[in-house]
Amino acid sequence: MIDRFILTGQWGIDNLRNFGKAGVLFFRVLFYWPNIRKGFPLLVQQVYAEGVLSLPIIVVSSLFIGMVLALQGYHTLAKFGASQELGPLVALSVVRELGPVVTAILFAGRACSAVAAEIGLMKATEQLSSMEMMAVDPVRKVISPRFWGGFFSMPLLVIIFNATAIYGAYLVGVKWLGVDAGIFWSNMQSSVEFRADIFNGILKSLVFGIAVTWIAVFQGYTAVPTSAGIASATTRAVVYGSLAVLGLDFVLTAMMIGEW
Amino acid sequence: MSESLVEISNMSFQHENGKTVFQDVDIVIPRGKITAIMGPSGTGKTTLLRLIGGQLTPSAGKIKVAGEIVHELSRTRLYQLRKSMGMLFQQGGLFTHMNVYQNVAFPLREHTQLSESMIHSIVLMKLQMVGLRGALHLMPNELSGGMARRIALARAIALDPALIMYDEPFTGQDPISMGVLVKLVKTLNKSLNLTSIIVSHDVSETMQIADYVYVIVDKKVVGHGTPDSIAHDSSSQLQQFIQGLPDGPVPFDYPALPLVNDFLQGAEKT
Repeated sequence: MIDRFILTGQWGIDNLRNFGKAGVLFFRVLFYWPNIRKGFPLLVQQVYAEGVLSLPIIVVSSLFIGMVLALQGYHTLAKFGASQELGPLVALSVVRELGPVVTAILFAGRACSAVAAEIGLMKATEQLSSMEMMAVDPVRKVISPRFWGGFFSMPLLVIIFNATAIYGAYLVGVKWLGVDAGIFWSNMQSSVEFRADIFNGILKSLVFGIAVTWIAVFQGYTAVPTSAGIASATTRAVVYGSLAVLGLDFVLTAMMIGEW
Repeated sequence: MSESLVEISNMSFQHENGKTVFQDVDIVIPRGKITAIMGPSGTGKTTLLRLIGGQLTPSAGKIKVAGEIVHELSRTRLYQLRKSMGMLFQQGGLFTHMNVYQNVAFPLREHTQLSESMIHSIVLMKLQMVGLRGALHLMPNELSGGMARRIALARAIALDPALIMYDEPFTGQDPISMGVLVKLVKTLNKSLNLTSIIVSHDVSETMQIADYVYVIVDKKVVGHGTPDSIAHDSSSQLQQFIQGLPDGPVPFDYPALPLVNDFLQGAEKT
């Protein structure tokens, strides 16, 4: 019994210590920027590696999500004679919720896993240590560009996700199921507000971007430098990142609709 | 200028898991000489280099490098000091996304304002010193272990440091690479007037080139002196290590319960 009590206490202390370490890393990433001349090319490289290379999965997923949403939505709305509301249904679902959430989860799986594994491997092969011994701060040179690369990529990916999903819904709703194109677009335009819907969706994506990339760089940076340790850090980056996105989404949604 | 570049006094170090690695260790590394730190595997030789480089903090005692207490320096000052240190890691620590040229040019690009043509010339000179000028465009995954270590050496001396630390430079090398490395360490030390610290358990190769030797066994320095005096020291611990004797005061086995207890305990707790 007492052993279990000790183990629980140890588990709690270890977790608190990890939160502390993650906080310190976050602080250093936020306030210790690489200098512009050397840091900007690294940032562009990371936006390419994390953002541009994530485009195929984001575009394909969003297209199918938009198409399925239109298909399901049309048949349900048609039962109530409201199929002309398909445009608003799809647009609001996508820009408010599905866009930021699904993009962030896909991003965690595609880009953050790679970030955590890369940093973990750099640690295991003494690349980070050798960088430190060459008087180059790995946080500025390796961690910070990856964090900011993810931060800037996420809203751009969400905008692309939203546009593609709505286009997918247009293909199914208008081109296949025969909803009038004018009604589809004009109802969407009159129902979707820039501030309450689009802007809030982008705001969510910024928060998710911070959360998932922070988790990924921290897991990589603190990975146990063995093959099992890196595998476990990569898994944790994806699992914790996805769970953080879902949890934060609830909190942000509650705040945005004013119930908080 | 003080005669010693590194002074370690009454230093103890304990890992986060509570394991004590060093207990009241005193080491002095003289300027311009090759000092070898030797000892059996697992005695914390690499940890000692990390302590000197300021990557770890001792639990007690002081580590001075060039007159400054390493573990009391601010991050900025520590990084300043590290610019005058080079370290050759056991695995080389080459950046896998850069080719050989970019790896060697990395510290120059980070810490100097030199033009690209000047950097090119310096990189070529450093690679020529380690005999790998022809491997300029190769990626680290195309290099053999020995080549990777020589490239890492070229990178470590790129900024012409005052102190260079070698972590097990001879481990896993074929006889030719070993010979080349031994000669290289000696030549570099002489021609660049470096202070070198070699951490190794390759007794014959290290004794060949070292000016002074420290032997660490079981958390403490058990002997130090010139290679000749170490080789003729009467201490049984030293002789066991130098001659590679299986029996003696230095245990081969990791500390464990008596064998009978382990067998009787069964497989439950493993």
